[in-house]
Amino acid sequence: MDIPSAAPRDFSATNFLSRKSFVIGLSVIALLLLSTSPFYASRYTVVLLTTIFMYIVLTVSWTLFSGPTGYVSLAPAAFFGAGVYTSALMGFVLPLPAIIVLGGLVSSCLALVVGALTLRLRGIYFVMFTFGLVELLLHFILWWEVNITGTTGRVVPTLDNTTVYYLMLSILVAVILTAYFIKKSRFGLALQSIGECEEAAAHTGVHVTALKVTTFAVSAFFMGTAGAVMATRWTYIDPRIAFNLTLSFLPVLMAIFGGMGQLYGPILGAAIFTYLEEFLITRFPYYYMLIFGIIMVISILYLSDGLVGLVQKLWNRSWRVKHADT
Amino acid sequence: MPILEGKEVTKYFGGLAAVSRVDFSVEQGQVVGLIGPNGAGKTTLFNLISAALKPKSGSIKFKGTDITDLTPYKICRMGVARTFQTVKVFPKMEAIDNVMLGSFFGVLRGMSSSEAFGRASEILEFVGLEEAKATPAKDLTLSNQKRLEVARALATNPELLLLDEIMAGLNQTEVAQAMDLITRIREKGITIIMIEHVMRAIMSLCDRIIVLHHGRKLAEGTPQEVASSEQVIRVYLGEKRHAGSK
Repeated sequence: MDIPSAAPRDFSATNFLSRKSFVIGLSVIALLLLSTSPFYASRYTVVLLTTIFMYIVLTVSWTLFSGPTGYVSLAPAAFFGAGVYTSALMGFVLPLPAIIVLGGLVSSCLALVVGALTLRLRGIYFVMFTFGLVELLLHFILWWEVNITGTTGRVVPTLDNTTVYYLMLSILVAVILTAYFIKKSRFGLALQSIGECEEAAAHTGVHVTALKVTTFAVSAFFMGTAGAVMATRWTYIDPRIAFNLTLSFLPVLMAIFGGMGQLYGPILGAAIFTYLEEFLITRFPYYYMLIFGIIMVISILYLSDGLVGLVQKLWNRSWRVKHADT
Repeated sequence: MPILEGKEVTKYFGGLAAVSRVDFSVEQGQVVGLIGPNGAGKTTLFNLISAALKPKSGSIKFKGTDITDLTPYKICRMGVARTFQTVKVFPKMEAIDNVMLGSFFGVLRGMSSSEAFGRASEILEFVGLEEAKATPAKDLTLSNQKRLEVARALATNPELLLLDEIMAGLNQTEVAQAMDLITRIREKGITIIMIEHVMRAIMSLCDRIIVLHHGRKLAEGTPQEVASSEQVIRVYLGEKRHAGSK
């Protein structure tokens, strides 16, 4: 388990440069392929990719906050739902870009309030509160719609698949860049210090409350924008569709499956997880949950650091074999 | 003007007075020892000074400014750094990153990454951990983890350093190294308050000693005065043949 952290760093310039240019090159190729795929890929692929992008956005933004700090938030569904509802309420009023940004901002504000109230809670209490938040919002809006507006559910103006695809891809790129720069910065270091020993972080000059609440809000922003975009794919939404608890659990599972030590972990985890689910549903409609469950159990038992841990283990092994004769 | 001044500082845990109306005053450049039996309120007093806890009553002033109601990060940035009785390093972070956090956040004027890296490297060298730069803190020995905590505290540019039992659990050689480190920190002009049970260290390093007992200040004075005080011998030091390891 400790192999990744115990492995000596290679500071030699050539190795560093080649690794960096490799990652940049790969990202550019991936981005080129993804940004042109609506021209040659099938309609099904485009829709599936959009779903994968959505899960990557949720998982990366979840990991942005919960990964380093260790505060396990089950609020993604609340922030996603807030974005969905913003889209539903403003769909016929505001232009599309404004709706998406507004969806993000509404979620951020929600996160600021919730964060200021609850981020002093540690461990299981924080988990339970964020879990409760989804239910609270769901039932509050249900109550509001039944008693105040007298409606349930709303119609959302729809967009064509390609537009939704490009919007989601843009949010995906934005969230990955944000996560990358936070991780590389001093704030990334501070977030990690909070996760490892919050008390010592505070006594080393880190304004832990401000940092936690702000990062929580940044993470919620991207979830909100994703919700605002996805709402347009559903035509009709009601509170139970918007605030779906599955969307709170899946990002957590995907992040664990992918591994949180590296930025590519949650990306890989979400992509493979979503594809696997889709593949199993279409091929084995009757056994899909069973197979899926077995895969989850195996990966938790044997991949304690997720796919990242596996990749690093294989990498170290091949590196050792290559250098064994020196 | 004293660098640190406490008036009637009081803290209750439930009905128990952990620290009760304690006055203290520390002059710039001094090394002050804080001793007393377990449960006397020494660490609680550190927690009150560094704002980990809020006092029930009384006031604490740092360089004439009232810091009683401030939060830990502000007090750290003002120039009061601390270590912990039970080691609290960031276990998975490399030693250099532990220290860099202090350079980034513990100072009033922010610095660039390369500046922070340079300073953190110097400080690691100062405490004798230059070899362990890239080692995750959890893989260091207890003695080295304690040095790392001191390094992290020094990275915040403190004027006052609170050391909570940095010699507990160390062997003779390591105690000697820690004593040398404290002397060198003092030579930088940093004021030190240290909680310690190693009497040899306390007696040779401190200018003044404060003795706490049941949350109250029992005695205060030079090491000689404290060591010869009847009361202190009775509650803490024990009979003469046990007093210190001289």
